[in-house]
Amino acid sequence: MSRLAAIDMKNIVKEYGDGFLAVNDVSIDVQDGEFMILVGPSGCGKSTLLRMIVGLEDITGGEMMIGDKLVNDLAPRDRNLAMVFQNYALYPHLTVYENIAFPLRLAHVPDAEIDRKVRDASKTLELDEHLDRKPGNLSGGQRQRVAMGRAIVREADAFLFDEPLSNLDAKLRGQMRTEITRLQKRLGITTVYVTHDQTEAMTLGDRVAVLKRGVLQQLATPRELYENPCNLFVAGFIGSPPMNFLPATVEGNTVKLPFGAVDVPPERAEKAAGKGLLMAGIRPENFEDASVRTDKGGGSTFRAEVDVVEWLGNETYAYIPYEAPPEVEAQLRQLERDLDGETMHTQLVVSLDGSSRIKAGEDAEIWVDGRKVQLFDPASGDNLTVDLDNAGRIPVHGTQQAAQSGAAG
Amino acid sequence: MGETRAKIGTWLGFLLILVWCLLPVVWIISLSFKGPTETAAGSPQFLPKEPTLQNYSDIIDNPDFKDSLINSFGIAAISTFLSVILATLAAYAIARLDFKGKRLVLSIALAIAMFPVVALVGPLFDLWRTLGLFNTWPGLIIPYMSFTLPLAIWTLSAFFREIPWEMEQAAQVDGATSWQAFRKVIVPLAAPGVFTAAILTFFFAWNEFVLALSLTSTTQARTVPAQLSFFVGPDPFNPPYGQLATASVVVTVPIIVIVLLFQRKIVAGLTSGAVKG
Repeated sequence: MSRLAAIDMKNIVKEYGDGFLAVNDVSIDVQDGEFMILVGPSGCGKSTLLRMIVGLEDITGGEMMIGDKLVNDLAPRDRNLAMVFQNYALYPHLTVYENIAFPLRLAHVPDAEIDRKVRDASKTLELDEHLDRKPGNLSGGQRQRVAMGRAIVREADAFLFDEPLSNLDAKLRGQMRTEITRLQKRLGITTVYVTHDQTEAMTLGDRVAVLKRGVLQQLATPRELYENPCNLFVAGFIGSPPMNFLPATVEGNTVKLPFGAVDVPPERAEKAAGKGLLMAGIRPENFEDASVRTDKGGGSTFRAEVDVVEWLGNETYAYIPYEAPPEVEAQLRQLERDLDGETMHTQLVVSLDGSSRIKAGEDAEIWVDGRKVQLFDPASGDNLTVDLDNAGRIPVHGTQQAAQSGAAG
Repeated sequence: MGETRAKIGTWLGFLLILVWCLLPVVWIISLSFKGPTETAAGSPQFLPKEPTLQNYSDIIDNPDFKDSLINSFGIAAISTFLSVILATLAAYAIARLDFKGKRLVLSIALAIAMFPVVALVGPLFDLWRTLGLFNTWPGLIIPYMSFTLPLAIWTLSAFFREIPWEMEQAAQVDGATSWQAFRKVIVPLAAPGVFTAAILTFFFAWNEFVLALSLTSTTQARTVPAQLSFFVGPDPFNPPYGQLATASVVVTVPIIVIVLLFQRKIVAGLTSGAVKG
């Protein structure tokens, strides 16, 4: 399969009749054979973008290229793409066999070839014993596999997935996630996958495009997104439990936080010098129980009262409430709304080693890794300490948009 | 204790309703096996004393009845077929497309369904005679269609709205044209709705009396319900009850057969399993 099936979106815009911009000037280049994730909270335009690729939604502006063909005005059936819908959209009046064979029958493929291809697909997906059943009699996971079978039997130029795992329970979701990765690697087919789940985004994608309110925020590998988020939104969206945001001021090489001062590397402090009140972003795992941590280099310790402790065996989550100044609190609430979250207590979530003996209500000594502290401009949301060489692509308009919404919030 | 009482009560209720509904039917069937002497008797007993098939052989040999039976079948079948096809297309457009005047179309359709048939008999009679449609099959098929279309459209558009739009989009992504998606996915899924609409239309056309009587003059187009009113026999004081009852039985049987056939098709939840459970 040496077909060139890169999908190149250039300045794609989707404007609805009422002037609402569902997708605003998004450019994403999906390489041939690449697994691209579109991720964001609900209403960020990721599904709309996917439906514009497949042709179910008209494109208001920009160019949609598949291979070297402009497909803006092509009907879905002329684009040769396969799609797995969120609710599977299986044909309930047809057997599993006929469901998988449906695209081939439409293409008038000879019966013998249909049979061979359907049986190939059903073997890959372990559907052999269900071929004569109707979708109504299958479990969620089996329906999911039938939907995948209908997609792979086509030999389409690319796969498109619209939140395919969101209807499965947690255990099955994990299994199917691995299956999808395995299948995609084996077939080597260009894939665009829409999800609102950051775990799926991190584990499945070669690259991840993070969208917020129709605007592309950052397009990078999962590692780049995690280590070098371009703004508060990306930082808060990627990672679970999410990154902690604390009010901070920089004085020399130290960052003053509600709990105490943390030493940060000089090059980081320099980038944030003289900017007044900032937001410090620290991931939960960059904290540790000071009594467990042996090498305390590169960080500082502070004491704080732990409110709640969740022991998970391999690690412990500890929650430390704090009071945030009003201007930061407003920003945090806005961010939480953007992330589809519930009202956020201003609290610190720290992930400690499983051997930590800290108990709820205790005044604990916590170590924090200063080298991993990120500093954000609370007005624009921009990450001041971002390492641009390792942050993928950050569209310029994306940060402007963030600045506007930040100022509005 | 209370449970058995409730059970007995339920069965008593069933029995009451069954007797209430079926007694006239059984009475007609019983009548159809009675000879003329028995039906003419002052107080005829419920079951025939000497069961006879004479009425059946008479009615089958009656050319007027045979002709009107053919008319009934032909007219009802053609009106049903055309009405369901038109209604399917119209209902699909109403369920799926956003066009100006959609509500207007639906309201007008409903208004037509409310129109009293009797009020139309006079004008139609004049119109049909001028147009040469009087006493012809189309002369009955056209009004039957216009009276059954609204109900069929309403029923079907409700069914189409229930079908997830993803079905159609999936078919289009799979390589189907809009027409193929409609024919291969949407219509099979709407089958219960299509059958419901077909049955309603067929019943209306099969049972209709006023138009069938007024817009026909001979057995060239007269249907069975109208033709039955001409079964008066030689003696006006002694109508052929046995014959009438037999004719009623003969026209009721096809309806029962059709209902039983289609009943299997009208299975709710045909779409279950299309999308997540």
